[in-house]
Amino acid sequence: MTALTVSGLTKSFGSARVLDGVDLEVPGGLTAVLGASGCGKTTLLRILAGFIEPDAGTVSLGGRVVAGEGRTVPARHRRIGYVPQEGALFPHLDVAANVSFGLTGRRRASGGRRAARERVAEMLDLVELPQALAGRQPHELSGGQQQRVALARALAPRPDVVLLDEPFSSLDAGLREETGRAVARALRASAATAVLVTHDQGEALSLADQVAVMAAGRFVQVAPPAEVYLEPASPAVAAFVGGAALIPGDAVAGSVDCALGRVTVRGAEQGAVLMAVRPEQVAVTAAGEPGSRAAAVREVSFFGHDATVRVRLGGDATAAGAVEVTARVGADDVPEPGSSVGVRLLGEVLAFPRAES
Amino acid sequence: MSAPAGPGLDPGDVAAFGPAGAAPRRGGLPRPPVVLLALGVLVVATSLLPLGFVLWSTAQMGPAEAWDLLTRPRFADLLWNTTRLLVGGVALSAVLGVGFAWLVARTDLRLSGLWHGVLCAPLAVPAFVNGYAWVSTTHAVQSSYWGAVLIVSLSYYPLVYLPTVAALGRLDASVEDVAASLGAGPGTSFVRVVLPAISPAVLGGALLVGLHLLGEYGALQLLNYPTLTTGILDQYRVSFNGPAATLLALVLVVFCLALLGLEALARGNRRRARVGAGVGRPAARHRLGRAAPVWTLVVAGFAVLTLGIPLSSLLRWLLHGSSSSLSSGGLGSAVGTTLGLAVVGGLLTTLAALPVAWLAVRYRSTLATLLERGVYPANALPGIVVALALVTVSINVVPALYQTLPLLVLGYAILFLPRAAVGVRSTLELAPPVLDDVATTLGCTRAGAARRVTLPLVLPGLGASVALVSLAVATELTATLLLAPTGTSTLATQFWSRASAVEYGAAAPYALALIVLSVPATWLLGRVAVVHQQSNEQGNEQGNEQGRPA
Repeated sequence: MTALTVSGLTKSFGSARVLDGVDLEVPGGLTAVLGASGCGKTTLLRILAGFIEPDAGTVSLGGRVVAGEGRTVPARHRRIGYVPQEGALFPHLDVAANVSFGLTGRRRASGGRRAARERVAEMLDLVELPQALAGRQPHELSGGQQQRVALARALAPRPDVVLLDEPFSSLDAGLREETGRAVARALRASAATAVLVTHDQGEALSLADQVAVMAAGRFVQVAPPAEVYLEPASPAVAAFVGGAALIPGDAVAGSVDCALGRVTVRGAEQGAVLMAVRPEQVAVTAAGEPGSRAAAVREVSFFGHDATVRVRLGGDATAAGAVEVTARVGADDVPEPGSSVGVRLLGEVLAFPRAES
Repeated sequence: MSAPAGPGLDPGDVAAFGPAGAAPRRGGLPRPPVVLLALGVLVVATSLLPLGFVLWSTAQMGPAEAWDLLTRPRFADLLWNTTRLLVGGVALSAVLGVGFAWLVARTDLRLSGLWHGVLCAPLAVPAFVNGYAWVSTTHAVQSSYWGAVLIVSLSYYPLVYLPTVAALGRLDASVEDVAASLGAGPGTSFVRVVLPAISPAVLGGALLVGLHLLGEYGALQLLNYPTLTTGILDQYRVSFNGPAATLLALVLVVFCLALLGLEALARGNRRRARVGAGVGRPAARHRLGRAAPVWTLVVAGFAVLTLGIPLSSLLRWLLHGSSSSLSSGGLGSAVGTTLGLAVVGGLLTTLAALPVAWLAVRYRSTLATLLERGVYPANALPGIVVALALVTVSINVVPALYQTLPLLVLGYAILFLPRAAVGVRSTLELAPPVLDDVATTLGCTRAGAARRVTLPLVLPGLGASVALVSLAVATELTATLLLAPTGTSTLATQFWSRASAVEYGAAAPYALALIVLSVPATWLLGRVAVVHQQSNEQGNEQGNEQGRPA
């Protein structure tokens, strides 16, 4: 495992500052850089790969500075594998030639052609593709197969770090999950350090060992997936990762009185707070059930395995103290839009200090 | 993650997850190398030379002199002839092109593949050869407006037919289905849905017909129908580079630019591509029913006009003229010279298109777009104007170049640069920069990436561009007549010297050679249109671009 360290990285295009002092420590394993489109994550990846140079800051791989401090190691000498969007296989080469492309270059494997052929077979096994595909042309492959070949091509020359730029965004939903897991398995088996850029929080949380949440050219939280989800560093992260509803309130000794009733909070336990209520913390019951609060169903999104229900508590929208939260309910228990239900909060709610307005 | 931002939340917190202002293109843009820019500027400046010449030399002329020339009755005649030929020829070509395209692409006409080939085939007969074949068959077409309109339309209607067939093939059937579900009958549906959808292709084709008509010399001279272009050559023969020829050239250029403007106006900002994603479905064909034999007869009869008469005439003269004076040595050397010029012209033109297209594809910027657009005006310049400009400029500035082969090849390059630029550009787009990026992470240098990735991807397309330009060069007549050094014999000039001297039998072998040379390009263009029709690819405008044999 090769450690990747980024410190103080800045990059501007014209007047737009795309990276604004980025620090990131990747000890090994798979790190997902999660952010909305345009937040600078692709620019970060392109600096790591060596396609563009940073304005300031450094990038080091395994203790070796490859960018910044007045020196730039060109992309071809960085020992980095790159998997772009849509795979970008060389359209004029078949699968085997694509995978062995990096083996016949500077990093020629000892043993020449035969070794290259063996390495291709090994790589196809690694990405769980049948050997019969070796002779196919890229346009004869499905989108998921193209992505796996692209990963095999990146891994073949045994890079220290693999960079993946939204590799699954062009795949349809079912294929995305399956391909994502296969790619994560292959990356772990190859023991390469990997950085995956994505805007899909499900992808980031399910595949990565570490999630780095990026917004406006900075990292707002870098932590293991469970921590990012359960202990978000800010209300914005809570809302972005996990779709929490943000509800203001005033905490007194660890509890808040609001439209949801008396809520036990943790984190910020005194004064003005912002509560992050996640959908799975909200239970929907029959109207008037003891311990529940009356709520009106605003909107229902049915997914098959479950559904989300947006409800409003505390009167209509004009009433002071009215709040809207989203609840996740079972598929067999979905209320009608417009109906009245009861709502109860489960467990403690995470709260953040709020600037009094 | 549709978190309702509750009251009290700092708006900056959540807004931070949105795009950071007007974000630039992913990863920023590299600056183009200075050498590449300089080459691009050089190429575009050269291609704009004829236009500059016409403007400059007209500006040199006194207004009194210009007025005197413009008010001569002869000039009014030429203007009137040119205008009505333009209107009649474009209208007839559009009707023929759209009508037969509809018949082939959208009805259950039998053997539509065969008829498609037959309808493309007239492209392989250069207009001046067609004119020769008709004139040597019947004098009825000579010195007559309707004769001229008929002959040029029979020669040039494929320029409308080809893009229209391609557009009809790309048209998504569901649009027509929707029209039918809203109560539109087949006729209403064609006028209100299909025609607007294919109108950019039809307009583009009509524009090309118009530009060709303005530049046409050989056919109209043989038909004895004087226009601005034949007038320029007459003036040139009388007074060399006299002011009259230059002024006529300016008027001709104004005509061309007016056509371009008219087409842009008619096209408006209409969307050409399909709206929405998803793969289109080929449309069901309309049933001809009992009228089918009639329509088959119509197409067959039309083929007699476009191919039957020219080819039978040619054949007759070939057999008839075999006894007359034909030295096979003359034909052989003409073929050799023509092929040599064609290959050199094709290579130079494609090479010249490379920096412009590379800048446009890899270094998108205002300057690159400007350079790419700068090539377009040359598209509208008739060969006669380009030739006239090169003759005058070379005599006045570099006399050593006058009457040399390099000047002739330069003329070809200017004439056919727009065509090469379109082909080279779409070829370069086959090799997106991300492939270079990947190659460098796999250990390639920039040069290595170019050799192992870019070059193999673009070579076939560049080869096709060389071939297309070469074939165009081989059958070019007007500019060749003015620019070819004395004593140089190409197929076109040899044909011309015999045909214009009414030695029809002696001209026939050269005519045949010219047709044979045109067949490959015609076949290529016809196939592109059909491939589109069959695969019905979405949003791809290539058929339209490549179906533009300007």
